[in-house]
Amino acid sequence: MISVKHISKKFGKLEVLKDFSLEFELGNSYAIMGPNGSGKTTLIKTVLGMVIPDQGEILVKGVSVKGNHQYRSLIGYMPQIGRYPANMKIGQLFSMMKDMRPEIKVYDTELVEQFELEGMKDKALGTLSGGTRQKVSAALAFLFNPDILILDEPTAGLDPIAVEILKKKIKKEREEGKLILITSHILSDLEELTNRAIYLFEGEVFFADTIESLKEITDEDRFSPAIARLMQWTLKKNTAKKSMSHV
Amino acid sequence: MFKLLKYALYDIVKSRFALLYTLFMVLVAISIYQVSDDLGKVSLSLMNIMIMIVPLIAAVFATTHFFNNLEFIELMLAQPVKRIHVFLSQLLAVILMLSLALIVGFGLPMVLWGADSSLITLLVVGVVLSAVFAGFAFLASVYTRDKAKAIGISLSLWIYFSLVYDGLVLYIIYSFADYPLEKATLALMMLNPVDLGRVLMLMQLDISALMGYTGAFFQEFFSEFMGVTLAGGMLLLWVLLPAMLAMMKFKKRDF
Amino acid sequence: MKNLTKLTLFLLFCCSSLVLNAGQIRIKAGESIQKAVDRAVSGDTVILESGNYPESGIIIRKSISLIGENYPVLDGQGKGNVILVAGKNILIEGLKIINTGKSNMDDSAGIKFFDSEDCIIRNNILEETFFGLHFSNSKRLSILDNKINATSEREFEVGNGIHLWKCSHSVIANNQVSGHRDGIYLEFVTDTQAKENLIERNMRYGLHFMFAHDNSYIRNTFRQNGAGVAVMYTKNVLMQENRFEENWGASAYGILLKDISDSKVIGNIFLKNTIGIYMEGSSRIDFEENTFNENGWALKLMASCDQNLFQANNFTNNTFDISTNGSLVLNTLTENYWDKYEGYDLDRDSIGDVPFRPINLYSVIVEKIPASVILWRSFMVNLLDKMEKILPTLTPEDMMDESPKMKPYDFS
Repeated sequence: MISVKHISKKFGKLEVLKDFSLEFELGNSYAIMGPNGSGKTTLIKTVLGMVIPDQGEILVKGVSVKGNHQYRSLIGYMPQIGRYPANMKIGQLFSMMKDMRPEIKVYDTELVEQFELEGMKDKALGTLSGGTRQKVSAALAFLFNPDILILDEPTAGLDPIAVEILKKKIKKEREEGKLILITSHILSDLEELTNRAIYLFEGEVFFADTIESLKEITDEDRFSPAIARLMQWTLKKNTAKKSMSHV
Repeated sequence: MFKLLKYALYDIVKSRFALLYTLFMVLVAISIYQVSDDLGKVSLSLMNIMIMIVPLIAAVFATTHFFNNLEFIELMLAQPVKRIHVFLSQLLAVILMLSLALIVGFGLPMVLWGADSSLITLLVVGVVLSAVFAGFAFLASVYTRDKAKAIGISLSLWIYFSLVYDGLVLYIIYSFADYPLEKATLALMMLNPVDLGRVLMLMQLDISALMGYTGAFFQEFFSEFMGVTLAGGMLLLWVLLPAMLAMMKFKKRDF
Repeated sequence: MKNLTKLTLFLLFCCSSLVLNAGQIRIKAGESIQKAVDRAVSGDTVILESGNYPESGIIIRKSISLIGENYPVLDGQGKGNVILVAGKNILIEGLKIINTGKSNMDDSAGIKFFDSEDCIIRNNILEETFFGLHFSNSKRLSILDNKINATSEREFEVGNGIHLWKCSHSVIANNQVSGHRDGIYLEFVTDTQAKENLIERNMRYGLHFMFAHDNSYIRNTFRQNGAGVAVMYTKNVLMQENRFEENWGASAYGILLKDISDSKVIGNIFLKNTIGIYMEGSSRIDFEENTFNENGWALKLMASCDQNLFQANNFTNNTFDISTNGSLVLNTLTENYWDKYEGYDLDRDSIGDVPFRPINLYSVIVEKIPASVILWRSFMVNLLDKMEKILPTLTPEDMMDESPKMKPYDFS
């Protein structure tokens, strides 16, 4: 579904992505992990077309994303911090988003209902709390029933009830065969929601495979220690890199 | 595109700034109308506002708005819409809001107490300069990642075009006083949108003085079809050039 | 008006007929005017019926009246003068005189007077004449209600509209002159009054006089003349309630005063001239109750002028109010209204408490480098000007109005 082919990206002198390749398949849910500055957000943004790679290409459904904008109707994106025009009301934001995808007529309003956003539709976005804004972002990401969901720290800032609602929804979508990319620092969430792990380190893919094989390779039974092990290995990166990285 | 513009405009028009700016313009216009005895004097007093304050506000506001709206711009970029459209909708919303504030702010007193051709010219100059400096501000904003830096650049551009440039021109005129300078100064005026706007106003307010000496050359130039077309064309270029440059950068910029 | 003219005509006719028992000669188109004039004796009236009289060089040397009915056309066909007059008590009225010669050699004119006295030239129309009405060495002339118009392209192709040389005690009133070199030209003319004339679109000056002492100019309008009005080498002039409008150009003036002294300029309106008044070598002139509005420079006062007084004038909407070329100030400015005055009036006597300096720094710069006018009203120039107002360096410190009015005068 998404093929990332040999992309590299520099921000000034800093090489954020180095000859980076990955495949994301429909029906899978990917946990994208890595320390701060390892390139997680940049990867997501290149897929969304917000960051333009210096080299390489990204194909979504076999079509290059370069200069293309239609493919984004396949993607539901929930940003890390959703900030919206302060004077716009929730209802207007939703109708604007619908306006931008005039070809889609059927909406998935499950989250809208469960987060009880309907009752707040006349509230201005500038007055919302961080949590409510996250709910809005989440509801928007799922609204168009997209094939691909990209969720950047989806549970951050949400109250426990909302987190459960969102997780349930993510699982449900995954079962329906969607492609889901999640970044998070909360490993338990990732374990629960994903079946594939991608670990980035200094702009390179350090690990990319199923969670089972991650556990196997690291000799750990549980997810968190496995990741911790990966982190340790990254310190000895140069030697481990070749044997570990999968493309 | 129009959908994007509609929502961007809706947000900006409802902002407190739009209201304050319009109110400020209304107050300025009213007080000037009250103090001055004739329309000529109203034009004169409003002129300094139009060629100094309006570009300043346009530059600062447009920069601030761009950075305040960065997350929203990012959200838009993740949607199935063209980048150019995102950019244009933001820029046009800013320009339209600034123009609207001017037209309402100055237009209202004009309707109430009358206007002449020089006041209408003034209003047009104000709108054009707003557009030019909003363009500059967006240009500064897309090339930097830091709001303070972008505001600094916008302010520098404003100071350059409204003060430093004229100082340089005066210096050049002084240095080459023995040569015929009319065409050279005219060309130099074309290279500064603020000067262009001001000279268009001079044609209305100081026509008698401009008819004397070499001034007649300027007057003739601006009363001919070619001259007016050239001046208008240059102003249009000044609106388009920064906007186009900013748009090109925006297309390639990372968010 | 027409009735009044008829009445005066009638009275005149009665008087002359009473005294001289005058006769009347009527001629029709095609007949010779010269022959009719030759036949007439002093006191007679020659009446021209309407129609075309192709004739030039008509000579009148006796006291007769030459009167046209419905403007008979005297067509000079481009040959010399149409009428030449030398005599006393001559009336010329109601004629339409066209196409004189166009030669500078003999100064061809519609009507040319030599050594004449007590003549009336009234209600005539002159078109395409080289000179319109040309008078020399004459006295007590009444030049009234004539319309004098030419349409030449270039200055040397046309003479003056009303031209007086060595004349005195005359009245020039209610005439319209356009398209000539100078509208009214007076040289060595004294004790003469020009009033309520409309002088516009002449090539050079609307009014031009030299060595023309003791004359007055009242309620005339001088508009869009090539170089405005220029008056020189004259004493004791009164200019009152005239309008000087829209004289635009590199050397166009409302009035150019050169070596004028002991005169009064009162209640005039200077509107939209490149320069309202330009004066050099002039002294002891009182300027009072004049309005200077929308001029490029209201006043250019050269340092060669002294003892002039500018009192109670309105200066409004001028680009520059005053400029000068020296630092010496020997003239007085007082109690004028300046719209650029930004002072205050704490004692509420309607006179500003701080003096006004009407000379703008930038006008000095523009004087030196004309092209710099294009930077006028820029922020930088405003700053320079504000600085100069606080610390005069380039502008003469003494050029100021100590008691500027807070409100404009109402002269209407």
